[in-house]
Amino acid sequence: MTRAPQIARLADGRRLHLQDGPIDLILEARGSEANVRTAYGAAVQCFTGLLDELCEELPLLRQAADPARCLLRGTVARRMHDAVAPFASEHFITPMAAVAGSVAEEILGAMLQSAPLERAYVNNGGDIALHLADGEHFTVGLVERPDAPALMRTMVVHADDPSRGVATSGRHGRSFSLGIADAVTVLARTASQADAAATIIANAVDLPGHPAIVRYPAHDLQPDSDLGARLVTRGVGELSADEIEAALESGAACARKLLAAGLIDGAALRLRGEMITVAARAIQMSNAQARLRGGAMESTMHV
Amino acid sequence: MLTDTTTAPVDDKIRCDACPVMCYIKPGAAGACDRYANHNGELVRVDPHIVLERTVSHGGRLVPFQAGGDWDGKIVHEPSVFVTAIGAGTTYPDYKPAPFIVSSKIDGIDMVTVVTEGIFSYCGVKVKIDTDRYLGPETATVRAQGEAVGHVTTSEYGSQMLSLGGVHHLTGGSKKEGRVTCDTLMDLSNCKPVELTIDGGATVVVQAGYPPIVNGVPEERMRVGCGSATIGMFAKQWHGKVDEVVVVDDHITGVLSEHQAGKLLDIPDTGIKMKGRRSTPGRYFQVAEPGTGWGGTKISDPLSVLGPFDPKKARPGMTILMVSTTGEHAAYYELDEALKPVEKEMPADLKHSVERIQENCEPALCTVLFMGGAGGSLRAGVTDNPVRLTRSVKEALTRVTSGGAPVYVWPGGGITFMVDVTRLPAGAFGYVPTPALVAPIEFTLKLSDYAALGGHMDHVRPLASLKDNTETRQTPSLQSSPGRRA
Repeated sequence: MTRAPQIARLADGRRLHLQDGPIDLILEARGSEANVRTAYGAAVQCFTGLLDELCEELPLLRQAADPARCLLRGTVARRMHDAVAPFASEHFITPMAAVAGSVAEEILGAMLQSAPLERAYVNNGGDIALHLADGEHFTVGLVERPDAPALMRTMVVHADDPSRGVATSGRHGRSFSLGIADAVTVLARTASQADAAATIIANAVDLPGHPAIVRYPAHDLQPDSDLGARLVTRGVGELSADEIEAALESGAACARKLLAAGLIDGAALRLRGEMITVAARAIQMSNAQARLRGGAMESTMHV
Repeated sequence: MLTDTTTAPVDDKIRCDACPVMCYIKPGAAGACDRYANHNGELVRVDPHIVLERTVSHGGRLVPFQAGGDWDGKIVHEPSVFVTAIGAGTTYPDYKPAPFIVSSKIDGIDMVTVVTEGIFSYCGVKVKIDTDRYLGPETATVRAQGEAVGHVTTSEYGSQMLSLGGVHHLTGGSKKEGRVTCDTLMDLSNCKPVELTIDGGATVVVQAGYPPIVNGVPEERMRVGCGSATIGMFAKQWHGKVDEVVVVDDHITGVLSEHQAGKLLDIPDTGIKMKGRRSTPGRYFQVAEPGTGWGGTKISDPLSVLGPFDPKKARPGMTILMVSTTGEHAAYYELDEALKPVEKEMPADLKHSVERIQENCEPALCTVLFMGGAGGSLRAGVTDNPVRLTRSVKEALTRVTSGGAPVYVWPGGGITFMVDVTRLPAGAFGYVPTPALVAPIEFTLKLSDYAALGGHMDHVRPLASLKDNTETRQTPSLQSSPGRRA
C-alpha cells in the first residue's frame, strides 16, 4: 500500500494540514519559530501510523463501551474509552464517539512534549484540543453547519478557564446522530471528553416519534457503522416553535446533568435557529451578527 | 423545499481499501473520509470537491459535466465541454481550494476555469414585471407567505419592478423571514412560480419567463405606450374612420379630438367630457382609480370615465372608439338622439386598428435577474490573493459566468454580478440554512494569468483528466423545474 499521510502547510504559511484516511487535522502553534517547527515535526511524527494503530483495534472500538473495564491497548484507543465510559452505564455509546477529540488531544500532547508553546490548537474536523500558556486566550467561532460556514457566535476561552477541549456534534456532521440538533457545541476539560459529551447531548435533542423526522437504521446507510440497527436522523421536516423548544429543553436537561457531574464546562445547543446555552459560569459569548435571528433562548445555570 | 433524497439504499456495498479503516460503502454513499464513494458498485474518488451526499442535501444537482443535451452554456468548442459550478459542492473555504480548478485548451491557449459554488448572503433578485396594472405603491413591502421579502422599487417602461432578498431580509429579520426570503429567492432563481402580495396593492404570481398573474388574471401584453402616446401613434389610422377615440390608461388617458395629433389632422371637437385631471390638451391623469381593469384602471365599463357630452358640439350618430393601451379591451359606440353613447358592433377597419395596438404590445413577461457578490472567502478558493482576482475581472482578463451563463459584473469594488436566471440550467440554485443562496460561479482565464494572480497551480488539472477520470462522472439530474429556458 502506498498510502502516506498528507502533510502540507496551508496558504497562510502558519497552519499545518494533516490528513490520513478519514482524519483531517488543522493545527497551529504559536511560540518561537524554532519551537513551532519542532512542534510541527512532532505532530507529523505522532500522526504517522496513528490511523493504522487505531484500525488494529477497530472491531473493539466499534462495540458498546464497558463502563467498568477497558480491554483496549493503544493510548488513543484507551483515551477514547475513558472519554465515553462515564456515559456507558446509562447510554449506548462506543469509543468511536470520542475518536476525533482523542486524536486531536494525542497530537497536541506530542507537540507540547516536544517544545514549549504559547498557544496551540489541533482541530480535528471541529473537535478541538487547546493549549493556552498563562495570559493567553482563544476565540472560538460557532457555526451552525460545517458545510455552510457562517459565524453565529464567538466564545472566548482564557488560560485560567478549566476548558481545554471544544467539540461539536449534530446531524449535519460527518457522523450519524440519533438526535435532531443542528449543532451542540461543548466545552470540557479535554477534547475527548467534549467529543463524547457533545454526542450524548446532541442525541438528547430529540422529539421521539415525531412524524416529520426521517430516520434510518445506521447499518442500512453505512454497513459497518458502530450504531448498528439504531435509527439515525436523516431528515427533519417542519417543526413548530413549541416542538423546537421541547427538543432543545430535552437536550439542555441532559447537558445540565453532565455539568453537575463535572463532565462538561458548558454547552450551546442549536436547533432551527434557536439556541440554549448551559454553563457553570457565564461563558463569554458575543453575537457575531449585529442582530441575531430569532429570539435566542438562553439559560445559565450556576452550580 | 429541501428535498430529502435519502432513500433506503439497496444492498450493493463495496469495501474500500484506500486506508486501513476499510469502510463498507453503499451505492451513492461516501466512506468515512468523504473522499471515496461507491458509484454504481464502483469505487470512485470524490476528493476534494464533490461530496455526493452534501450536494444532494443542498437540493443541488450532480451535473458537473454534460457533453451534449440541452446545455447551452458552452464556451469551449466541440468536442470539449465547459465545466460548470453546479453541484461542484463547497468545502470549508478555510483551506481547500475551489472544488474544480480546470485547465482546458482553447485555441491553443491554456485556460483555467475555477469552478465553485458560491454561498451568497449578499444576494437578491431584481424582478421586472411587464404590466401596467397597479401592483402597489413604490417602496411598499412585498410579502411571501406573509413575510417581508423585499419592496416595490421605481418602475421601468411598461413594467413594475420589485427588489427582493438582500442581506437585511435574509439574516436581519426574524428566523421565519430569513427562511421564507431564502425560499422565495431560490424558487424565483430556479424559474419556479412564487406568489407575492404587496402591501396596499395586488397579489401577483411571478415566474421567470412567464406572464405575471395579477390578482388571478394572467397578463398578456405590455402596453405600446401611454394613452396619449397611443393616440399619437395611431391618429392617422383612425382619421376618417371614427369621430372620437379615447385610449384608457392608468397613467395618461388620451383623447383624439383634443390631442395635438388630432388637431394636426383637423379632427373637429366632439363635445366629449372626460373625468380626471387634465394635464395638457387631450391628456388626462387619474381618470379612474388604479386597478386591474381597462388599461390598468379599475374600471370595467369604459363609459364610467366619461361625463355627459356637450350638446353644443356633440351630435347624434357621432362614433366613438374606446380602447385600452394594450388593445385588450375595446368597445365602439354611437351617440343616440339624447347624445347617450350606445354600444354597437365595431366596424372591421377599427377592429383592425385595435389588433394593430395589440400587435405592437409585446408579450408581458416576468424576468428575474439574480444579483450577488463574491466575498473574500469565495475568491480565496480561486487564488491566494483574492483582490487580484477582482482586479483581473475588472481588467477583463478573467471572464465570469454563472452556470455557464453570461453575467454583468457591476463596476466598482468587489465582484457583484447579475445573471438572467432563465439562462442557467434547471435547478442551478441551492441554499444553505444560514440562510443564504448557493449559486454557481466560474472564473475563466489564461493559465499564465492564473499563475500570475497567485492561483492554486498545484490544483490545476487538464480537462481531459476530469472527463475520463472516475472522480467525475455525469450523474442523472435529480429534478428539473418547468421554467422556460432561453
